[in-house]
Amino acid sequence: MTDQFDILKRSFLAGKMDRRGFMTGALALGATLSVASSAFAQAEQAVPKKGGTLRVGFLQGSTSDSFDPATYNNDFMFATNYAVFNHLTEFAPGGVIAPDLAESFAPEPGAKIWTFKLRKNVEFSDGRKLTSADVIASLGYHLGEDSKSAVKPVLSQIAEMKAPDDHTVVFELSTGNADFPYIFADYHLCIKQAVNGKIDPLSQIGTGGYTIESFEPGVRVRLKRRDNYWKEGRAHFDQVEITTISDTTARMNALMTGQVDFIDRPDLKTIHLLKRAPGLRVETVSGTLHYTMPMHVNTAPFDNVDVRMALKLAIDREELVEKVLKGYGSVGNDHPVSSSMPFFDPSIEQRAYDPDKAKFHLKQAGLSSLNVQLYTAEAAFEGAVDASILYAEQAKKANINIEVLRQPNDGYWSNVWLVKPFCCSYWGGRPTPDWMFSAGYSKDAEWNDTKWNNERFNKLLLEARAEVDQGKRAEMYSEMQRLCRDDGGALIPMFGQYVFALKDTVQHGQLSEMWNMDSLHFIERWWMA
Amino acid sequence: MSRIWVLLGERLALGVVTLIAISALIFLGVELLPGDLAQQILGQSATPETVEAFRRELGLDQPAVQRYFQWLAGALHGDFGNSLSNNRPISELLSARLGNTLFLASFAAAISIPLALTLGVLAALYRNSVFDRLCNVVALVCVSLPEFFVAYVLILFFSVRMALFPSLSNIDAAMPFGELLYRSFLPALTLVLVVVAHMMRMTRAAIINVLASPYIEMARLKGMGRLRVILFHALPNALAPIINVVALNLAYLVVGVVVVEVVFVYPGLGQLFVDAVSHRDVMVVQSVGLIFAAAYILLNLIADLLSIVSNPRILNGEG
Repeated sequence: MTDQFDILKRSFLAGKMDRRGFMTGALALGATLSVASSAFAQAEQAVPKKGGTLRVGFLQGSTSDSFDPATYNNDFMFATNYAVFNHLTEFAPGGVIAPDLAESFAPEPGAKIWTFKLRKNVEFSDGRKLTSADVIASLGYHLGEDSKSAVKPVLSQIAEMKAPDDHTVVFELSTGNADFPYIFADYHLCIKQAVNGKIDPLSQIGTGGYTIESFEPGVRVRLKRRDNYWKEGRAHFDQVEITTISDTTARMNALMTGQVDFIDRPDLKTIHLLKRAPGLRVETVSGTLHYTMPMHVNTAPFDNVDVRMALKLAIDREELVEKVLKGYGSVGNDHPVSSSMPFFDPSIEQRAYDPDKAKFHLKQAGLSSLNVQLYTAEAAFEGAVDASILYAEQAKKANINIEVLRQPNDGYWSNVWLVKPFCCSYWGGRPTPDWMFSAGYSKDAEWNDTKWNNERFNKLLLEARAEVDQGKRAEMYSEMQRLCRDDGGALIPMFGQYVFALKDTVQHGQLSEMWNMDSLHFIERWWMA
Repeated sequence: MSRIWVLLGERLALGVVTLIAISALIFLGVELLPGDLAQQILGQSATPETVEAFRRELGLDQPAVQRYFQWLAGALHGDFGNSLSNNRPISELLSARLGNTLFLASFAAAISIPLALTLGVLAALYRNSVFDRLCNVVALVCVSLPEFFVAYVLILFFSVRMALFPSLSNIDAAMPFGELLYRSFLPALTLVLVVVAHMMRMTRAAIINVLASPYIEMARLKGMGRLRVILFHALPNALAPIINVVALNLAYLVVGVVVVEVVFVYPGLGQLFVDAVSHRDVMVVQSVGLIFAAAYILLNLIADLLSIVSNPRILNGEG
């Protein structure tokens, strides 16, 4: 019955059937009347509806925020950016990349030259039409010697961009990249207006579904829907207000007392209070966020693969997920490819806690016991200090003594990460294995936090990037996941889940999993039932 | 009277010197913190190249001493410059938030000062009675609890259980005055509970101190009522210490409320200050720091002047 029921539901959603038809069909399938009408109510909720005001409470948001896309650094600005601006491509559910401002994109053989065709009906909120010059200027802002942009290293693969006409942009890459369209969905790469070949980085004029009514950095932003938004079936709320509520108790209170409709990052220790409250629900998304403990493979004792293996075997991942993440996460397998990403290989065996095997590897390395120092701070991720101490206790059974050195949060990313040979860190993740590996695991990556340099891995990375046969790519990425797991310097004990809480009246379709809250596209994609 | 003007001039000049010294100290303090604005904003995604470019753009590659004197020269001309992190004029950032902070401080002061003085006088009047003890215990409990805890308790009762007041005080300038008062009632009440104890106990102690003087005894012997003795004979002579404590608490209401701001999401100066420090936005830190310091200096100056005015012996130079 379920399959037929789904077909029924889909034809209702597609508008091919009215309520009477739906109910008759459902009853004919053997559903009782009450099931049929509640199923109707559910199906009806899944139809986006225009109207309403969404009030959001966010942890992040700072008085230092600005609309300069080179310096976006928190969820508040990411979400606002996706509401006000569009990008060439966007993240769709299931790790898929979908066209946004570009109506189509295609590579030449070898994936070295990419042609993006822009939509012709796109207007900025001041009425000007979008042209390829705007795209070139918006991307150009992140390139060049004076760029301070966080995406500069990613864009450096572009050797040349050209605009043969007003609605075409051609990219020539330094090496072939089959995943190239993914990078344009990044929040830094919003498209702003070009004036004399340059964008005004602080401009608030975008092509998106919302315009800014008021913006007070660190306090709130008020957004208003544009009447003539070019994208159909999007931008449902009339108004959206995001308030920064950095105190987690205050944020949860605001949701429970009905002052906001939706909050991010509830406190996991008291989340049962939210679940108990009527009219609210808690949702989780397993994305690409993961917590790591990178070891520098060029520094003793981590230069010995057996020592690395011993350290990887001496951590009880299950216990860490349960105690540090309160169950809101899953165990990691020492490679950064998550199950929600393309080319994830589920056949790779999960590594488990095994002190005896760890001792065996220590012996292989000619050691009877091991003393190491682990640098940690809450800045690395929430619970990093607890995780480090727990790990130190677990590792004792394998004759490994871990001295946990707690560091100040301030300056952690400049003084500890990439500097100390063994520390705690996190990755928000990247949408594709290629991007993830190129950002943190290839020998010349800017953020190669393990200093890993595996010849086979680096060779495969380049080959897989330019390979367009998806079957062959899957094989290559599988081998790279194994290499990373068994030879690499990153200990990746767990993947975190994104958790958010909302009123039952706030509805959405299938969620995109790249980042939290529908990959931060909730303003444009969700609606009020 | 002319002595007062001389004193005022002296104190104002000293105040300006103090402010400059404070600005130098703040600048030094921020410089000593690890990391700078470029590193803090780029965070984990920083590369040496992008950090360098960002620093060049912000002028952070210049020597610290030079940057300090540039800022000082601007500030002396009334130009606080632009925020490093979002390039907005600092005066624009400050004005709305300073207004909010002063509004909340005045709101809390308008309740707490009359309340504290009345309770203090009554406690002195009914010294060692049950009322006196109760006042003291309640006030001491409130001042001993951390502010965020007082705030949470108020939220629990007034907004979650009884739904009388909103738990968020995210006010903006467009709201009518009544709405402003309604929305900021809970943060104001939190502050009242925190500052009342100090002022009340000081009032009580100062009055009791004066009550031991021979002239009070004389007044009592004349057959005057206790309340009249306290209000007309004891209180005027106890004003100096009370004014000082009130000034201290007023200054606290302006500069020390960041925790209350965070819990109630109140857009005041404290939150701006904390954000600016965590991002090493030295320009904003300097400016807010100066406002805080100026609040302390001015309020203390006013308190001293009022103490002098309230004491004819000092005022007329007979002391």
